[in-house]
Amino acid sequence: MRGKSVLARRSALPVLGLFALPVGWAFLLLIVPYGIMVAISFWTRQFPLFVPDFQFGNYLQLFSDPQYYTVILRTAKIAALVTLAATCLGYPLAYYLVFVIKTERLRALLYMLVIVPLWVSYLLRTYTWKTILGTDGALNSALKWLGVIDQPISLFLYNQWSMVITLTYIFIPFVVMPVFAALENIPRNLIEASEDLGVRPFGTFLRVILPLSAGGVISGATVTFCLAFGDFVAPVLVGGPDGTMVANLLQSQFGAALNWPLGSALATVVLLIVMALLWLSARLDRAGRVALG
Amino acid sequence: MRKLLWWQKGLSGLALAVLGFLYLPIVVLIIFSFNDSPVISFPLSGFTLDWYRAFLSNPEILTALWNSLYVAFFATLLSITIGTMAALALYRHDFPGKRLFTNVILLPLSLPGLVTGIAMLNFYKQIGLPQSLTAVIIGHATALMGIVVSQVLARLVKMNPRFLEASADLGARPLETFFRVTLPEIRSAIMGAALLCFTLSFDEIPVTYFLTGRDVTLPIFIYSTLRRGITPEINAIGTAIVAVSVLLIILSVGLLRDRPKK
Repeated sequence: MRGKSVLARRSALPVLGLFALPVGWAFLLLIVPYGIMVAISFWTRQFPLFVPDFQFGNYLQLFSDPQYYTVILRTAKIAALVTLAATCLGYPLAYYLVFVIKTERLRALLYMLVIVPLWVSYLLRTYTWKTILGTDGALNSALKWLGVIDQPISLFLYNQWSMVITLTYIFIPFVVMPVFAALENIPRNLIEASEDLGVRPFGTFLRVILPLSAGGVISGATVTFCLAFGDFVAPVLVGGPDGTMVANLLQSQFGAALNWPLGSALATVVLLIVMALLWLSARLDRAGRVALG
Repeated sequence: MRKLLWWQKGLSGLALAVLGFLYLPIVVLIIFSFNDSPVISFPLSGFTLDWYRAFLSNPEILTALWNSLYVAFFATLLSITIGTMAALALYRHDFPGKRLFTNVILLPLSLPGLVTGIAMLNFYKQIGLPQSLTAVIIGHATALMGIVVSQVLARLVKMNPRFLEASADLGARPLETFFRVTLPEIRSAIMGAALLCFTLSFDEIPVTYFLTGRDVTLPIFIYSTLRRGITPEINAIGTAIVAVSVLLIILSVGLLRDRPKK
């Protein structure tokens, strides 16, 4: 243990520097800004200024004025639909990669193919849906060209569905990654044991594979919901008049409407929802692990 | 797994369809960047490179591109430096508030960017820092630090701690140990994380939107152009960006992959 003590004594001074910068940075540029945002959410607006105050008026307004709470509810609904759709589409893909693909090389390659779009400009992938779904866009013109329809369908773009499609598309890889990891970690002998005991493959899937991959599903779904809830690009590019989301509201509060305290209150609500979900998902994950030994 | 059952066949079909779905927009983007029609619709009318010429000769776009590269470079440099220090601190030492510190650094990764952007905007206003590209750089570096910390920490955990003890026993000072033992071990993780940070910063919108002043970055330029209408020029820029990001990603995956144990 001599080495350890030497290490501890020798590194005392540089260690202080090692801590000071990152901890100071995280404190000054993360904790303080979030704190200031929460503080400003209690301020009052006296046009065109904001004055320090401590009152719950902004929150009251958010939850009593239908102009605001309908948007929050709609955003939650869309984020939930996106989470559901991305999970239902992402899970089979992860299952396919882990259990159907036989060779390691092909699996690695296909997994790469799932990841690559994730890192290809998120803005451009969202924008392309605008060009695909538009009235004279790729989808309508292709359908017309193929003779399926004679009139372009305007139903595709600028509504809640176009937003669900676009966001689902964006978040599928966010589900595939953790589910893939969870499926890969299932001990193969558990599956064999289940089969040896005469359980049919679908039963094995329902009673062994699905419960053991629940942790992956939970973490994928949590990230998807959180990020979809506050998405900044899709509501502006493919959303329509019936699809105002939290992001649009925030943009206007910090832009034309110039009401930072109200905007800060709304952003604080988003922050609290995300933190609550992260906490819940961590707890569920831990509980699941204990139960499964 | 033996012969595929009906539901597994259905599942495989669905999986391949989803995989195709992931590439549909990218393919559409690339195809129409070469199509010589101002509207994005089928049938295709002919091949052209005009959209590429148009964006390469548009000074507004080139300035925005330069701003983006400038921001991404310095944001990456900052987040790599501080993120690596944070990872080392977390790896080697227990300190009060360690869990809080970890959670706070990782929070921006699951928090919508606009909350981080708004929080920083409020903060900058209070301390009197004007909205500018510098403000954006600090914002990106802070938001992306979590990526560096998680990637570097993952590599550090796999490192054999006896190397550090051996180095100290042989009389190396901590800094010397860092440069000659630790750094070579984590270098590829750092480089992989750097490429990721660069790509994400280059593409970032919400934080940039709230923190930038009069200077626009490329994504902000595209974002505001798109609110007015669509031009195939954007497809050409997009295709160029896609090509570069795919290249960077392949590089970073190669670097982040665990090397086989010797």
